[in-house]
Amino acid sequence: MSSLLDTPTAAPDAPAARPERRWRAALGLLPFALYFLVFLGGPLYFVISGAFTDADGRPTLGNLVASLMSPQYLLAFRQSLLLSAVTAVIGAVFGTFLAQAVLTARPRSPLRRTVSTASGVLAYFGGVPLAFAFIAALGQTGLATAWLRSAGIDLYASGFRIDSLTGLALTYVYFQIPLMVILITPALEGLLPQWREAAENLGASAWSYWRLVALPVLAPAFAGATLVLFGNAFAAYATALALTSGSIPLVPTAIASALSGNVLVGQANVGLALGLDMVVVIAIVMVAYLWLQRRAARWSRR
Amino acid sequence: MTRGRRWRVVVLALAALYFLVPLVASAEFSLRAPGGGYGVANYTRIAEDPVLLSALFTSLRIAVLTAVIVLLLVVPTAVWVRLRFPSLAAVLESATILPIVIPPVVMAAGIAFVQANLGGPVFRALFDSSTSALTPFYVILALPFAYRAVDNGLAAIPLRTLVEAARNLGAGMTTALVRVILPAIRSAVLGAAFLTLALVLGEIVIARILLYTDTFPIAVVETGRSAAGVSVALSLASLLLTWVLLLAVSFVGGRRRRSLRSRPSVRRRTP
Amino acid sequence: MTAVQKSPAETATDAAVEFRGVSRVFGETRALDGLDLALRRGELLALLGPSGCGKTTALRLLAGFDRPTSGEIRIDGRDVTGVPASKRDTGMVFQAYSLFPTMTAAENVAFGLRMRKVGGAERGRRAAELLELVGLGDRGGSYPHELSGGQQQRVALARALAVRPSVLLLDEPLSALDARVRVQLRDEIRRLQLAEGITTLFVTHDQSEALAVADRVAVLNAGRMEQVDVPQEVYARPATPFVAEFVGVMNTVPVSGGRITPGAAETTQVRPEALLVGAPDGLAGTVLTSTFLGPVTRLVIRTEVGELTADAVTRPGLPAIGEHTTVQISG
Ligand SMILES: Nc1ncnc2c1ncn2[C@@H]1O[C@H](COP(=O)(O)OP(=O)(O)O)[C@@H](O)[C@H]1O
Ligand SMILES: [Mg+2]
Repeated sequence: MSSLLDTPTAAPDAPAARPERRWRAALGLLPFALYFLVFLGGPLYFVISGAFTDADGRPTLGNLVASLMSPQYLLAFRQSLLLSAVTAVIGAVFGTFLAQAVLTARPRSPLRRTVSTASGVLAYFGGVPLAFAFIAALGQTGLATAWLRSAGIDLYASGFRIDSLTGLALTYVYFQIPLMVILITPALEGLLPQWREAAENLGASAWSYWRLVALPVLAPAFAGATLVLFGNAFAAYATALALTSGSIPLVPTAIASALSGNVLVGQANVGLALGLDMVVVIAIVMVAYLWLQRRAARWSRR
Repeated sequence: MTRGRRWRVVVLALAALYFLVPLVASAEFSLRAPGGGYGVANYTRIAEDPVLLSALFTSLRIAVLTAVIVLLLVVPTAVWVRLRFPSLAAVLESATILPIVIPPVVMAAGIAFVQANLGGPVFRALFDSSTSALTPFYVILALPFAYRAVDNGLAAIPLRTLVEAARNLGAGMTTALVRVILPAIRSAVLGAAFLTLALVLGEIVIARILLYTDTFPIAVVETGRSAAGVSVALSLASLLLTWVLLLAVSFVGGRRRRSLRSRPSVRRRTP
Repeated sequence: MTAVQKSPAETATDAAVEFRGVSRVFGETRALDGLDLALRRGELLALLGPSGCGKTTALRLLAGFDRPTSGEIRIDGRDVTGVPASKRDTGMVFQAYSLFPTMTAAENVAFGLRMRKVGGAERGRRAAELLELVGLGDRGGSYPHELSGGQQQRVALARALAVRPSVLLLDEPLSALDARVRVQLRDEIRRLQLAEGITTLFVTHDQSEALAVADRVAVLNAGRMEQVDVPQEVYARPATPFVAEFVGVMNTVPVSGGRITPGAAETTQVRPEALLVGAPDGLAGTVLTSTFLGPVTRLVIRTEVGELTADAVTRPGLPAIGEHTTVQISG
């Protein structure tokens, strides 16, 4: 009974008491792993295999070539990458400031609770409510549009539309900032107060402390979180779907319309090839993220 | 010090402006009455609309099922990893990023391929209804978020000591899990469940591509074509409801944690 | 009872550091309650007290991380109340984990010089010199996470000394270390302090540590000063019951003519090592506990006058638990 629990937490590299026991213990992880494999691995498998076959089931590279060469898809990729990069950077920078502003409040203050729970809801809700909220605020007849107009700023006269790429970016930031708050808060909490005090004690200004001590510690975590934000925006589709009904060319839009046969019969496999392209982009993001996580762990306290 | 305070005020004010304006605009829009003036007609419409009402029940059923499966998978696994495979913690921590970056549209594409091309009793049963078809995949989207929430909850309790004490008193592993650990991480479990609810009430991509149009978020979007006020009202209501639930959990959890903390801790150094 | 022992000749300007009636209140808690304390130039003063008595608070006020609710703090005779921490010219060593994790040991040591706009070559030279001084001449290129706890504290010490501060502040710098390393580094801190002649405030909750390193020991209790004196005096003549209890173990016994005498009106305080176990004319008692401490064995003996704690030189034939013995004031 005690042997079940005697592996010390602090010594992951310690040799297991008996290999066959460890194998038995590993069975405990099987349901989780199998579920992932079947219900995530399954769809991904069919995306990949479908990307390499034509409508009649013969192997081909044609779908992949089409997904990477046709101008409409190239435009979709450019727009998706631009939208993701811009909203990731804006969300990351502002999210970090917001997280730090909230962290300086007392741990159980209403401000901390409000922001942390709201971050959860807004980061994971996304989609439909968000799109409607932005239409209500910044649509042609939106409330904020009206306020701005009465203040002498006519958004729509200056070419703004909520269902444009700019409007979409403005909306995406609404879930990017909360996600950044969730992701960066542990790293900010990891900045030990004695670092700041030691720096001050040695004659550093607040600015010198941030530049020379805090930012280098935060850098890997910040970069990693920014990558996740990028992936998040790249993968997002519900908001764009509800906000623009698919009028802006983005990769998910292109996949959806290829699948629904709106364009041409036999396009479904090109849709799968586009899906594979997305998976490759996401995979690169994940690899970079994992590498940065390892670096971030190096500075974490011991 | 004062200069330090000033940037904080600026950041918080900007955030409040950016995050509140769309919500206030939604509220204002949803309260507009058809004949001018304001009223709650948009909020009461759902009671009279059988399509919306049945869609709401479908989505709540999916949400409950999803949350149950998620917790059955996540809680034992998270406990097991902490007790026996601490070296895997980093792997699972990274897995928590997956649902954020995996495009639902890609998952949907793969599932749609199966739906269109593969037959047999298993797949027929799977694609039989929106509940049976969507729940397994919503579990995937929710799993890693829930894992993060539950694992944070486990980090805050003396897990190993609790399990050892329970087993020492003769409890089996399952009993220890259900009777000792689960109550200790109650607020984390509720948090995970409500985030799952948020996810199910906002998901339209997979449902639409697989052509299951009887879920609540899809019905809300469809209603929006003819009655925008109703869909704004409903989406605002579902967002605020989820948030209030999470806030309530955070206050309850905070109170319990404080009472735990007031006891002398075994770990604290007593110099 | 608040006894800052100032000779009449000692004026304000003689003191390198001076707390004058300093109080710090956090809500309901009076962390410091009218603290008066003066450090002489070049001395090592140990600020000793139980956890939560206000030691860190006093140190943080002196370093400028916090401000007193009332009272005044002087460094070199100058009131520093409005001076920010970055301009106070103190060198602080924290309990643990205070090294900047993304900088090497040498970069950490050079940080204060960098803030003072000292040139790169000169910084490198001085950092190397200090690392040499703390015995880490070959570890300048290592990052904190590559160093042991003791090595990290040495680097922290070198970093604090690099800027030649007018006072060195140590906040329980050894409490996160293993017992062996603790004693070693304690002696090394003392050696460096004497060599550099730097005024030092050494905060600790460990009475043996305080007695071992300090020129003078200041005993703090619940934000108030109980006694300030040289270690020998604090140990031999505790000014208050609290000091007697906190610094070592003390027996209070009725005496008559220098002998323990049950029923005598006069009482005195006796240290465990001043009691003789198995004395021919001793008071009878039963051994309750016996703790082997190496060279001595500590016995708790129940007698007619209460439980007495006695340290006996470890030797064969000491009474075991439950056995009868006698005890008397030795000499
Ligand atoms: N920032 C603070 N806020 C509230 N109370 C504090 C704060 N800092 C210290 N205290 C309280 O002041 C008292 C003295 O603390 P401290 O100086 O840290 O003690 P020591 O270092 O001697 O262990 C304690 O009761 C502590 O709880
Ligand atoms: Mg302290």
